[in-house]
Amino acid sequence: MPQPLTATNDFVVKFANVNGSGSASANGLFAKSILRMGIPIASRNIFPSNIQGLPTWFEVRVSEAGHMGRRGGVDMMVAMNPQTWDRDVAEIEPGGYLFYDSTRPMPKSRFRDDITVIGVPLTEITNAAYTDPRQRQLFKNIVYLGALSALLDMEVEAVQQAIAAQFRGKEKLVPANYAALEKGRAWAQENLACPIGLTLKRADAVGERIFVEGNAAAALGAVYGGATVCAWYPITPSTSLAEAFEKYCGQLRKDPETGAKRYAIVQAEDELASIGMVIGAAWNGARSFTATSGPGISLMQEFVGLAYFAEIPAVIFDVQRAGPSTGMPTRTQQSDLLSAAYASHGDTKHVLLLPEDPTECFAFGADAFDLADRLQTPIFVMLDLDIGMNDWLCEPFKWDPARRMDRGKVLDAAGLDAAVSFGRYLDVDGDGIPYRTWPGTHPEKGAFFTRGTSRDRHARYTEEGAPYVDNMERLLKKFGTAKSIVPRPMTIPAKQPARDGVIFYGSSSAAMREALAALEADGIHLDAMRIRAFPFHQDVADFVAAHERVFVVEQNRDAQLRTLLVNEEEIDPARLIPVLHFDGTPITARFIHAAIAKRAAAANILPFRKATP
Amino acid sequence: MSYLPKPKLHHPKLPTNAIGLTRRDYEGAISTLCAGCGHDSISAAIIQACFNLSLPPHRIAKMSGIGCSSKTPTYFLGNAHGFNSVHGRMPSVLTGAYLANRDLVYLGVSGDGDSASIGFGQFAHSIRRGVNMCYIVENNGVYGLTKGQFSATSDWGSVAKKGAINTDQPIDLAAIAVQLGATFVARSFSGDKEQLVPLIEAALVHDGAAFIDVLSPCVAFNNHPGSTKSYDYVREHNEALNKLDIMLRRDEITVQYAPGEVTEVMQHDGTTLRLRKLHEGHDPTNRASAMHHILERKAAGEIVTGLIYVDPDPSALHEHLGTVTGPLNALGDGDLNPGVDALEAVNASLR
Repeated sequence: MPQPLTATNDFVVKFANVNGSGSASANGLFAKSILRMGIPIASRNIFPSNIQGLPTWFEVRVSEAGHMGRRGGVDMMVAMNPQTWDRDVAEIEPGGYLFYDSTRPMPKSRFRDDITVIGVPLTEITNAAYTDPRQRQLFKNIVYLGALSALLDMEVEAVQQAIAAQFRGKEKLVPANYAALEKGRAWAQENLACPIGLTLKRADAVGERIFVEGNAAAALGAVYGGATVCAWYPITPSTSLAEAFEKYCGQLRKDPETGAKRYAIVQAEDELASIGMVIGAAWNGARSFTATSGPGISLMQEFVGLAYFAEIPAVIFDVQRAGPSTGMPTRTQQSDLLSAAYASHGDTKHVLLLPEDPTECFAFGADAFDLADRLQTPIFVMLDLDIGMNDWLCEPFKWDPARRMDRGKVLDAAGLDAAVSFGRYLDVDGDGIPYRTWPGTHPEKGAFFTRGTSRDRHARYTEEGAPYVDNMERLLKKFGTAKSIVPRPMTIPAKQPARDGVIFYGSSSAAMREALAALEADGIHLDAMRIRAFPFHQDVADFVAAHERVFVVEQNRDAQLRTLLVNEEEIDPARLIPVLHFDGTPITARFIHAAIAKRAAAANILPFRKATP
Repeated sequence: MSYLPKPKLHHPKLPTNAIGLTRRDYEGAISTLCAGCGHDSISAAIIQACFNLSLPPHRIAKMSGIGCSSKTPTYFLGNAHGFNSVHGRMPSVLTGAYLANRDLVYLGVSGDGDSASIGFGQFAHSIRRGVNMCYIVENNGVYGLTKGQFSATSDWGSVAKKGAINTDQPIDLAAIAVQLGATFVARSFSGDKEQLVPLIEAALVHDGAAFIDVLSPCVAFNNHPGSTKSYDYVREHNEALNKLDIMLRRDEITVQYAPGEVTEVMQHDGTTLRLRKLHEGHDPTNRASAMHHILERKAAGEIVTGLIYVDPDPSALHEHLGTVTGPLNALGDGDLNPGVDALEAVNASLR
């Protein structure tokens, strides 16, 4: 047997559970207890498209160094699901640990001899203590939490604080949970060698950071961005975004005196109606949005083209999942880039925002409404399941108190009276962005007919070629204006001058940063650029031009961002090397490191100049 | 050529309404529909109704989908914003617009293809949500703009211009609107202005989902002897329930109820609908009997027209949602932004 793994504040624990068993709450407590010890974690749910009875996993990466991506590999498996036992046991790293319910004996053949097996008779302990079947089930989870706290040398106070926080408002449940925790903890301390090689030690590495899922963060961004209308249709993994908007609005957006809502949320009959309502509301001057995923984006295509052509602000949060078709609805991907960027028939292009974590989901969630109003066009905020539905440890949300909504070029009654003339599609300022009016503004001026059919600069119907071309070219000019006002890309220069670069975006960021450090340790130096929006800022083309080759890291099969780079920036495809991960699990640093190191070795990439001391 | 403006010369003695506007002020561009199209009569009825009600034109939003009917909002209310959206999706766009500003009057214009086929779902859901609107279907039982295909409201056995016989059952949008919980349902005929104008007026002032199915013969593709939506057929089979007068916000309500002759329905906003009954036994405030009556007359080969159902005390989506009384699009930063302290509290709760 290899030496049992030893590590402090740097290991991966994975819980294998059956969904609907109440394990999520105990697993969440495990994660939050570690945060309360000042140690950063990255946690991820891996769950089926099902409510009860199917396998579900919860992975906690403990990383005092602050790596927030998935690492890959499992150091300790908490195997609570007989259905998936064999594959769970197989996944453990050599020298790792297996924690299981030893109430019923298991044949030796079901174990491995290169791991440490830790059996705790959880069922026996809970059956002895509780008679109610539901209690037995729920407290079994807390009992294993107690046993783990002893095995990993967790501070019991941290776990107790996490329990108290979880049951705030339901305080009478706290003592029973403390008792169950103590049962597991005491059993482990009496019967097992505690702690094992994997231990937790109080640190001071969490700081001011918050622990939140991207969907909730984006919803809060919509609240701060001034959204008043939300129309949506339930679809995994975006549902919790609309639900969080409702929750936050309920807390933050009611008239303090009357309790009346300063927002309207409609669960529509389908995605077509959702986007139709968003467009109707935005046309009429309300900031509005929908939240959906890939299949919803497919359904919204016709309407998105209308909003592009009729120039109506709309915000669409796309929480991407693995497609095509129903695909893997509970698995993550970055595979809607092309269908969002070029959504709808005819010549269309749309603005995409690409947040890397919940902090940016909040920021971009608010910015999207300013951009939509400023550009009078749909804005897609491209989350994915990994960011959207997992809690991330990230920087706290920030807001500038001096900031005001930018409603863009809207003429009110006084503006119409002062204007020389009004033409809905006149490019008065030379930036491709016309002026608009909201219905009901002025008795005689500013009314126009909004249509998806072609029209002249005064919004009058026409099927003539010249006004059509004029309009389409102005839309392109407007898209050019967008380049300078969408979030700029961010560059991470290599520590030494680098011939090659890497481009990445969205939820790949955490894994990418970790991979960059590992590659650097191997002597592979890469300048890195994180793209945060489409259309691409001039910096992107400059970055590619400054490097011989650029790796493009994505979580889809067809290298969709690379396609956009080739198509929009006219870059030689040979210089853009795809690094693609698309099995539905979040990309890992190990994957990126291995993929780039392999290609770099093949190309014999070496730093061409040593760093000067 | 529909964008050509009409000459603005008014006859000096044109009558004006309570807000000093003439009927001409409610007109739009010149229609490009076929001469004799029933839809143009409906546009004229809408103009008349808005004039009669003294509605400020710019406080009306005209919404439509795609098709001949959906082109008509260009031909009336030139000072109102209009939105010619996507085929079958007018109801969702109208719903969104209504969510943004509850203070405007929403007039949705659609056709039988737009509402009974591609947009059947959106028609249904906008009605059952209680969107405060006047939803008019200009129902000619045919796809005009694509030259003569059957629509979902074409009657079983009706004959197309080229001789094909429809073997699909028709959808009765008015009956479905009753079933879906519309708080105002009427049916009329484009050729019966006397009946249609007051119905549109009543629907415009109704504070809830008001639906009017207007049979509107297509002179190009559905006005031949085999059609059940031709001028002749509808005139022969029209079974009018009542003739409606509408009285606006009277200070004093005097109930003049002569059994079997006149019924008055006072609406929540104070308007009074005065119905001269033509058919015994129809109670327009009883949803179940309204439904029964439509089906019964249909079995007898008749088309029920008039005010079929009205809920005198309707409610609408904004009330159901509990939103503020003013328009959401008028709320500013101070109303919408919870501020830095609230954000700090959220941050604290996530640690």
